[in-house]
Amino acid sequence: MEILVCVKRVPDTSENEIEINSAGNDIERDDLVYSVNEWDNYAVEEAIQIVDKVGGSVTVVTVGDDESEEVLRREMAMGANNGILLSDDAFEGSDGKGIATILKAAVEKGNYDLIMTGAQADEGAAQVGGMLAAMLDYPYASLVNLIEAGDGKLKVGREIEGGNQEMNDIEMPCVLSIQTGINEPRYVGIRGIRKVASVEIPTMGASDLGVDAAAVGAGAAKVKRVDYFVPDMGEGAEMLEGSTEEIIAKLIEYLKAKGGLK
Amino acid sequence: MAEQVFAYIKHDQGVADDSALELIVAAKKIYPDASVTAVVTGAGSDLDTICNEMAATYNAVWKIDNDALAYPNAEVVRKALVNILPADSIVLLPHDTFGMDLGPGLAIKMDSAFVADVVDIEGIDNGTLKVIRQEFSGMASAHVTCDISGGAVMNIRPGVNQPDESKSGGGEVVDKSGEAGDLSTKRTYLEIVEAEAGDVDITKSEVLVSVGRGIEDEDNVEMVFDLAKAMGADVSCSRPIVDAKWLEKSRQVGTSGQTVKPKVYMAMGISGSFQHLGGIKGNPFIVAVNKNPKAPIFQVADVGIEADILEFIPELTEAIEGL
Repeated sequence: MEILVCVKRVPDTSENEIEINSAGNDIERDDLVYSVNEWDNYAVEEAIQIVDKVGGSVTVVTVGDDESEEVLRREMAMGANNGILLSDDAFEGSDGKGIATILKAAVEKGNYDLIMTGAQADEGAAQVGGMLAAMLDYPYASLVNLIEAGDGKLKVGREIEGGNQEMNDIEMPCVLSIQTGINEPRYVGIRGIRKVASVEIPTMGASDLGVDAAAVGAGAAKVKRVDYFVPDMGEGAEMLEGSTEEIIAKLIEYLKAKGGLK
Repeated sequence: MAEQVFAYIKHDQGVADDSALELIVAAKKIYPDASVTAVVTGAGSDLDTICNEMAATYNAVWKIDNDALAYPNAEVVRKALVNILPADSIVLLPHDTFGMDLGPGLAIKMDSAFVADVVDIEGIDNGTLKVIRQEFSGMASAHVTCDISGGAVMNIRPGVNQPDESKSGGGEVVDKSGEAGDLSTKRTYLEIVEAEAGDVDITKSEVLVSVGRGIEDEDNVEMVFDLAKAMGADVSCSRPIVDAKWLEKSRQVGTSGQTVKPKVYMAMGISGSFQHLGGIKGNPFIVAVNKNPKAPIFQVADVGIEADILEFIPELTEAIEGL
């Protein structure tokens, strides 16, 4: 099975406090720790496990700049066979539809049976996989937490409300967005990274892909972020201050009053 | 003529989802005088029940009855909607596991803009709609503009709009089933596998000590059980703890886990994503302990403590044991 996994380099929200810059037009990017989007990591692991069972290859692709190459390399250290960097000034400022348009062109340059994305990334939109599938006229399933490979089709479980799982048959080629928890992504050590450090990763721009530069980028975006802001928190929590002993004493008073101690 | 907005009504065999009465409120934030049409898909008598119920709230109800729509497979629903909705429509969906499945592809097929997980709508100016979204796990809010001149699909976060209980719609049910067209798809719904029950039913717990990513390591989970034991509480958790297989799925609080309604909820090292908060009902007293003062959990907690739970939990446990 030929599998393409779309990945993204994102600020790691578990490693950073996200601050808005003074102009309000971006977050503070200095000193941010970046990593591969958490959901994408599960998608790559799943792709590797499928190929280990049924054969084939895993290609990882990302839309980004030169720095995005590091996440491709990291996923190749996990076991992905190939990486492709989609990079062009014309891609900057793309909305979800623009990104899907670029990825569609990359899909059509290959011969993939299965395309995976993470269920969502840093913007929390959960949109690119579904858009890509619709553009390709491939069937789509989101929030997938189980995949069983069959002949020409897959049996997939979707995570739905209440911890229940919705089972579907889906014909290939198809697009799946992968939910965290579907597997346990393998650890990537420094040795693994070194092994792929010199592997060449091809870069493709708009003209290589045959993408009309006017159909992507900021100019084509119908959805645009105007600014970041700190919302009016309302009352918010009463923050307990003081020494740890004082805080704990206050907290215990609250817990007693609210029925939190038995 | 009033501007028209469509709202997709999610229901489970005729029982309306909470979002059904919320989407009309969102529609009226776009156009205060909007004529809002409920679009309801399904099959048989359940569908008639929900259509009649929605007619009380919405200005019109479009019913799409087809055996292929008996279960809301987003791929099938999308085909029906593309065939039935007018070009350039504004369509509202709930941003839940169904809306995420449907919305992005629907927007492509309708050649319209898509905005996901809208938490508020500021209004419209010259064909451009301004909405509020959250990014980076809720740690930053953003104003986003959307060119709706060619239509839009918008996924609205559940729970952010108060339901419209006024029943002031007075709409008619219009049967659009004949326009649904070809509903064949390459994805076939098979069945729902129900979540497994665990050893503790956290939906019945009065006090929960809930642990999140801040616990950092599986070996540290034990200290949470120690605190819970001292308090007479049960242990629950957020999604990353289940993803890491440190606790069983039945202890997960959130829209993709359990819905709990305790008196006291201790959020320990939980940042507070909307999916997690969506699983906490009944307005409990929420205590949040997190080392990140920007964590969204502090917006909803009653009492907050900026601390590393790995240091705070053992001290709190010791203090409670000493009472």
